[in-house]
Amino acid sequence: MTKRIDEPTGTEFVGHEWDGIEELNTPLPRWWLYTFYATILFAIVYVVLYPAWPLIDRATAGTLGWSSRGDLAAEMRAADAARADVVAKIAATPIEALPSDPQLMQAAVAGGAAAFKVNCVQCHGAGAAGSPGYPNLNDDDWIWGGTLTEIEYTLNHGIRWDGAAETRSNFMPAFEGSFDRAQVNALAGHVLSLSGKAKPNATGAQMFADNCAACHGAGGEGLPAVGGPALNDAIWLYGGSAAEIGKQILAPRHGVMPAWQGRLDPVTIKMLAAYVHSRGGGQAPAPAAPQPEAAKVAAK
Amino acid sequence: MADADELERPAPQAQRPPRDWAAALETEGAGKPAATAQGDGFMGSALYEAGRTVHNKRIDGPFRRFKWAIMVITLTIYYATPWIRWDRGPYAPDQAVLVDLANRRFYMFDIEIWPHEFYFVAGLLIMAGIGLFLVTSAVGRAWCGYACPQTVWTDLFQHVDRFFDGDRNARARLDKAPWTAGKTARRLAKWAVYLAIAFWTGGAWIMYFADAPTLTREFWSGTADPIAYATVAVLTGTTFWLGGFMREQVCIYMCPWPRIQTAMLDEKSLIVTYKDWRGEQRGSLKKAAKNPDKYGDCIDCQLCVAVCPTGIDIREGQQIGCITCGLCIDACDRVMKETGRPRGLIDYATLDQCDAERAGAPARPAWKALLRPRTLIYFGVWAGIGAGLLFALGTRTHTDLTVAPDRNPPFMLLKDGSVRNAYTLRLRNMEARPRAMEVALQGLPAGAVMWTDSIGLENAAPTQTVTVRANETRVLRAYVLLPSGATASAFAFRLTAQDEQRESDTAETTFAMPGAE
Repeated sequence: MTKRIDEPTGTEFVGHEWDGIEELNTPLPRWWLYTFYATILFAIVYVVLYPAWPLIDRATAGTLGWSSRGDLAAEMRAADAARADVVAKIAATPIEALPSDPQLMQAAVAGGAAAFKVNCVQCHGAGAAGSPGYPNLNDDDWIWGGTLTEIEYTLNHGIRWDGAAETRSNFMPAFEGSFDRAQVNALAGHVLSLSGKAKPNATGAQMFADNCAACHGAGGEGLPAVGGPALNDAIWLYGGSAAEIGKQILAPRHGVMPAWQGRLDPVTIKMLAAYVHSRGGGQAPAPAAPQPEAAKVAAK
Repeated sequence: MADADELERPAPQAQRPPRDWAAALETEGAGKPAATAQGDGFMGSALYEAGRTVHNKRIDGPFRRFKWAIMVITLTIYYATPWIRWDRGPYAPDQAVLVDLANRRFYMFDIEIWPHEFYFVAGLLIMAGIGLFLVTSAVGRAWCGYACPQTVWTDLFQHVDRFFDGDRNARARLDKAPWTAGKTARRLAKWAVYLAIAFWTGGAWIMYFADAPTLTREFWSGTADPIAYATVAVLTGTTFWLGGFMREQVCIYMCPWPRIQTAMLDEKSLIVTYKDWRGEQRGSLKKAAKNPDKYGDCIDCQLCVAVCPTGIDIREGQQIGCITCGLCIDACDRVMKETGRPRGLIDYATLDQCDAERAGAPARPAWKALLRPRTLIYFGVWAGIGAGLLFALGTRTHTDLTVAPDRNPPFMLLKDGSVRNAYTLRLRNMEARPRAMEVALQGLPAGAVMWTDSIGLENAAPTQTVTVRANETRVLRAYVLLPSGATASAFAFRLTAQDEQRESDTAETTFAMPGAE
């Protein structure tokens, strides 16, 4: 092929032509070509050293044995190692002593927040605000007590959890068949009157004193030692309308919480208790150490 | 001056037809290397050019001196700035310019930028962008020609070449010479100087990110962060390679800037241009003496090509390889002076001005091209943003409060029917001293109180005072309690520093109630 020159630019034609349009030869610098070869060489070395070719169920491993899972495992080990002394310190500190070390408490709350997201949000919600039947952990209403020790106990042994010998447990009797509709209405009215939402009525008050005060307290103030919920406040686990209260009197529901002892390590449980306690409603320990006991209230 | 020219010589347009390209190619083609002629295969050598080194000749003149000045100023700023000390008291670093990535602070003399004030940096970047529009529309690729680091360092390395190997011809000769002991020694010495400059360049860079004296000590005692060594190694390598060897190839093949700048030029922008209607037909002084009417002012001495740092021929017109450094203007002006012809055969001019002069209009001072609506509008926008930033900088306080209400749960009903909301407060103390700050509730009904985890419910009150350490942000989880029966929706936290200035900041937020969603 003879060399032809494009006259206006003085550039040689490559010799390719499409419908009369011809390609001019504007040469690249040779280093550019060598750079291209270098990238090919790099790719070959990379394919040999690192995971590269996808196979059916995995990729070629590469001679360095590197994997992103391995990286993750190494980073997790490093993180565990970095946390080891804090974890050891939390393990050695009794839970009621945690608040006296604000830094340690902060670490425990942060660790508890992480564990909460994995283990607890399924029932108690991401913000620990619960939902009907699942207690809200942010408020100041504690069925089984809201001190750090009591919360840790609940976490360890669960509530009405079959597998745990020391689980917190109580049962409210079902009054289905015992009360007629008017009686249920009167009792529900009295329960509402305890928090000022209805007028007091004598029938209801008498029924309450006979059937309910043993666990819920004479004024409906609750009895955390046996898990008797307070009825004189604004917080209702199963709903606070007369109809919902009536339903609970006739056919009570009983929530269940798993015992976490054995599933989670003691430090994690301690951190979870600290986190729950820190949500804004945690109680300071009572002067006398509480004696959590499993109490069963027999049906009348 | 222009009038005198025209009296001496015939009108440009009439006597000098545009260059006859076909004829020119014939003569030039004869001298071309054989490599082009062999390029007949598709993958033949003609598709790729062998590298060529630009041995630019030393030239003196106003533009060269301007480049010297810019080089001295920019390199001094670059190398010396991290070493300037600036007393900020005991709680802040005493380095005048410091990008403290670990603590997320940017110090520049009396200005300290926090991450939430990044809009200042964004504003500076916008100013840089508009400044590029402004400079390019007014004086073309001035950035490329004078201020670009690639240009400055290439210039520096070319001076190193000149120092070791002599000027253009000596360097070209040495390049072709066989590798004798003398040449090897010279090359090694030259590359050692390249490496020293490159290392110094990389070393200066990291000083902007840590206390310079401390980092220098750590660097040489081997105790600095590995990132410091890696950064220095990378920057040393790139400076050595890009400044010492790639040079104009970076501008022509790698850099997107020339393309962007070419798109921003218009016919009213100043560029370096060869006034072909005055220069053509080229001919030596001897030829011109014999036949004065046939030849133009260009004596084809090739000095403009010889001095060009990117190795182009400006007489071929605008091209991507031209960084508009003006050295060819220096060269040509000198030749014109020696030959007794008016200066400015190669000169800064706009394309419009070129057309006008070609048609016979007199030359016009280059600075007049600067004043036109486009550049003035760019300047107005650029200056407006700058003034806005300065105003913001002058009026900003060193006390800042942001509030994020808890969204899950939005509110908490308590046993006694009162409602609690939780907020994450960020109290920023941007002073280099610890300060007590008062947080107060504004716009909530009487009885509303607040507390935090550390203050405790028993000390709940409508205002709380906390201490924020110097130059730090204190994050508080605050609870606000509204007694049973009271209602509220919007309110504000007000932060007031408890010192003489009593700087304050207010952050508005909402109070969520049951049944109010």
